[in-house]
Amino acid sequence: MAGATTLHLGGDQATRFESRAATRETPLVKWLILGTALSFFTIFLLMPLIAVFIEALRKGWETYATALIDPDALSALRLTLLAAVIALPLNLVFGVCAAWAIAKFEFRGKHFLITLIDLPFSVSPVIAGLIYVLVFGAQGWFGPWLSEHDVKIIFAVPGIVLATVFVTFPFIARELIPLMQAQGKEEEEAAIVLGANGLQTFWHVTLPNIKWGLLYGVILTNARAMGEFGAVSVVSGHIRGETNTLPLHVEILYNEYQFAAAFAVASLLALLALVTLGIKTWVEHRAAVAYRNSQDDAS
Amino acid sequence: MSATKTFRVLPGFNLTLGYTLGYLSLIVLIPLAAVFLKTAELSLDEFWNVVTAPRVLASYKLSFGMSLLAAAINAVFGLMLAWALVRYSFPGKKLIDALVDLPFALPTAVAGISLTALYAKNGWFGQYLDPLGIQVAFKPLGVLVALVFIGLPFVVRTVQPILEDLDTELEEAATSLGARRWQAFRHVILPILFPALLTGFALAFARAVGEYGSVIFIAGNIPMVSEITPLMIITKLEQYDYAGATAIATVMLLLSFILLLIINGLQAWTAKRTGRDR
Amino acid sequence: MSIQVRNIQKQFGAFTALDDISLDFPTGELVALLGPSGCGKTTLLRIIAGLEQADSGQVLLDGEDASGTHVRDRQVGFVFQHYALFRHMTVFDNVAFGMRMKPRRERPSEKQIAQKVHELLNLVQLDWLADRFPSQLSGGQRQRIALARALAVEPRVLLLDEPFGALDAKVRKELRRWLRKLHDDLHITSIFVTHDQEEALEVADRVVLMNHGHVEQIGTPEEVYRHPATPFVYGFLGAVNFFHGRVEGDGLRVGDDHLNHAAGSFGQGAEVVAFARPHELDIVVDGAAGQGIAARISRILAFGVTARVELDGLNGATGQHFEVELTRERVSELSLEEGQSVRLLPSRLSIFEQSHAATAGAGK
Repeated sequence: MAGATTLHLGGDQATRFESRAATRETPLVKWLILGTALSFFTIFLLMPLIAVFIEALRKGWETYATALIDPDALSALRLTLLAAVIALPLNLVFGVCAAWAIAKFEFRGKHFLITLIDLPFSVSPVIAGLIYVLVFGAQGWFGPWLSEHDVKIIFAVPGIVLATVFVTFPFIARELIPLMQAQGKEEEEAAIVLGANGLQTFWHVTLPNIKWGLLYGVILTNARAMGEFGAVSVVSGHIRGETNTLPLHVEILYNEYQFAAAFAVASLLALLALVTLGIKTWVEHRAAVAYRNSQDDAS
Repeated sequence: MSATKTFRVLPGFNLTLGYTLGYLSLIVLIPLAAVFLKTAELSLDEFWNVVTAPRVLASYKLSFGMSLLAAAINAVFGLMLAWALVRYSFPGKKLIDALVDLPFALPTAVAGISLTALYAKNGWFGQYLDPLGIQVAFKPLGVLVALVFIGLPFVVRTVQPILEDLDTELEEAATSLGARRWQAFRHVILPILFPALLTGFALAFARAVGEYGSVIFIAGNIPMVSEITPLMIITKLEQYDYAGATAIATVMLLLSFILLLIINGLQAWTAKRTGRDR
Repeated sequence: MSIQVRNIQKQFGAFTALDDISLDFPTGELVALLGPSGCGKTTLLRIIAGLEQADSGQVLLDGEDASGTHVRDRQVGFVFQHYALFRHMTVFDNVAFGMRMKPRRERPSEKQIAQKVHELLNLVQLDWLADRFPSQLSGGQRQRIALARALAVEPRVLLLDEPFGALDAKVRKELRRWLRKLHDDLHITSIFVTHDQEEALEVADRVVLMNHGHVEQIGTPEEVYRHPATPFVYGFLGAVNFFHGRVEGDGLRVGDDHLNHAAGSFGQGAEVVAFARPHELDIVVDGAAGQGIAARISRILAFGVTARVELDGLNGATGQHFEVELTRERVSELSLEEGQSVRLLPSRLSIFEQSHAATAGAGK
């Protein structure tokens, strides 16, 4: 399912098409396509983004600032960061392990395994929340046992972390698998022949080669972890100051008709999205440069 | 003969594969299995009654209908956007290219309230649409708008790399053989793009069916009119009807699995058609 | 150090990559494993290195069974086909890698490492590239760096997988000579894999010819070229003409034609194939019917030192093509013309049993 979120390394090559008669449209057709495409982009994508910031500042900077330093907002921010900080390393270790096993070795059922890793992408976030309610909720498999031992998972922080881990589960693995498959294992074999052990090989040879892909996966994971709404909403219980993440806080404010405050918090998340896209573009650029350098055959 | 079947030069196979399978089972597979086990508590009749209740049926119609429509809209306009990004130079192109991924990065709740602000009766667009008799927010049309938004990057990002890889010689050959520009597109380029286009369509559709956050604000969630299927699950959960929620989830999960298989097949087809490895 | 392989067997699924291979590689020799792609030569090299495990059989290094020894501990130098240089490290760091990976108590000091790296870079005449990255090097330079890196761990044997495969023709020739000279200086037992017969014959002390997981012939370059042991070797080492025929009397019957060549140990009526290299065929313009093979000249190429005549078979050899190498004097003496019908007379023929010859894929 990650077809659209994997690192892609195309440079701008419009001139290649524009300079040739056979790959050029008549100006009328060109402007028609360009105009339609850009209108579509503006209406469906750009306007919603702009609206967030304008609505956020509608009641002035003061309301904006108040909404952001509200204790409930701050505690929501803390929980959002906490969930991301826990989910990220867990999925990072998983992603690296899965990619190592899948890319460097041959075994049966590999394609099936890749499909299974993709699974969380194709499951509705609501179902992602539901499954943990079924396992850990009051009526779930472990519900009675958990309440006996006074452990709260659903409607508490651990549930939020679990739901976040689930929805961000495939990102890093999905990024690394094709990358490491494309790089093959010759460099690793060379390191082993030269006497390096497994960890040395990974650290000195594999890691430097996958760092951009890894970073890319981390950024996507982080963005999704901080922004997840549906799954977290199911397991959160919406307890203000306790089990609210930023996106849930936005919902509460909005449903209480505190629109300016809702948009103020939302603008913070939108800013995070823009920063994510910025870093992502930068990583793409760096990876493309690294890729071109490594492909560049001087002979 | 001292050979063992498990001989491997690179280390860590058992460790990494074992960890992968263990973590996958704990986080994904076992919890997902809970859905099916919970559903099994219902008799077939009960199950059938839950998943075919009128309100639920209306939600399927809305979710699947609007998801298909949104994916189709994205297929057409996404292709045009990808085409413009690959083939034309224009100012601000890099920025637009980067922003295409916004729906991935923007939290769905943010998108949801923002779209509502645009399309509500007194909203930015709504105030002009309403006098024309077009109501978007709190109507099925609102669901469509949200689903177009979140599905937008899929078609663009699956088609774009294939377009970039296209050899200009193909079109030059077509032209030299007397094809007009439209014919070259229709008979040479489109067949090459088609698997990717279909993949993007399927990805957008799959995402749209399960989408929750960006839809519920603009949809208004009026029973029989603008309730999406994921919302039905939430509604049942809020009524502590776990079995009911799970039954609907089962229907959605089965659909997801089928879609996942179709998408995997499509991606393999794309790779085969275009000689790209993933 | 000497290398021996004993009864190596390797399957990939239903495909037999190596079928009961036993070979000796004496100390200090430079041996070529030569064969078409898919013949198992690279697999054999990787098994010797320990990068691949045989299904059965042994690899003996210096007489000791190394089958249980990890590649890390075998002290082999391996040069990969695409060099596998670490692209994020400089040339210096690449060459130093093996020394730096040693356990702390065996590891030389950074100063010793630097000294050794420069020694090796001088050996491969690329000391001035120490600070470059692999992507900034030409193919030939990468190849030499890969070799220096392999030598840095002081390997007991040197294994090279298609060492010149990815280079263009001119660089390839230069490097061949350079590798031969390097081997003469260092005298490390070396094995290299190649599919290029010219390369193998020119560089190696000995050539091992492989096909379909079998060893077809082992010998010095001269031996294998002069006296091919099998039709496959005949076809693989240089251009060849072949005639299908039957032993009859004291010669061969090929279609309606007859060749006066003793068929050695083959019995009367045996189905055989006879091979002759282009320079072992002569053309006669007025030969008697039934003597030699009837053919029609399709093309005469007389721009080189020698002239090449291409012919289409007639009578019993219809559809076959032949190639004859003559001196230019001989061509003008015969005043050959395209379209002319002539007869081919072999000066030397190598005759093999029909069934055996089925593998001679490279024949013309």
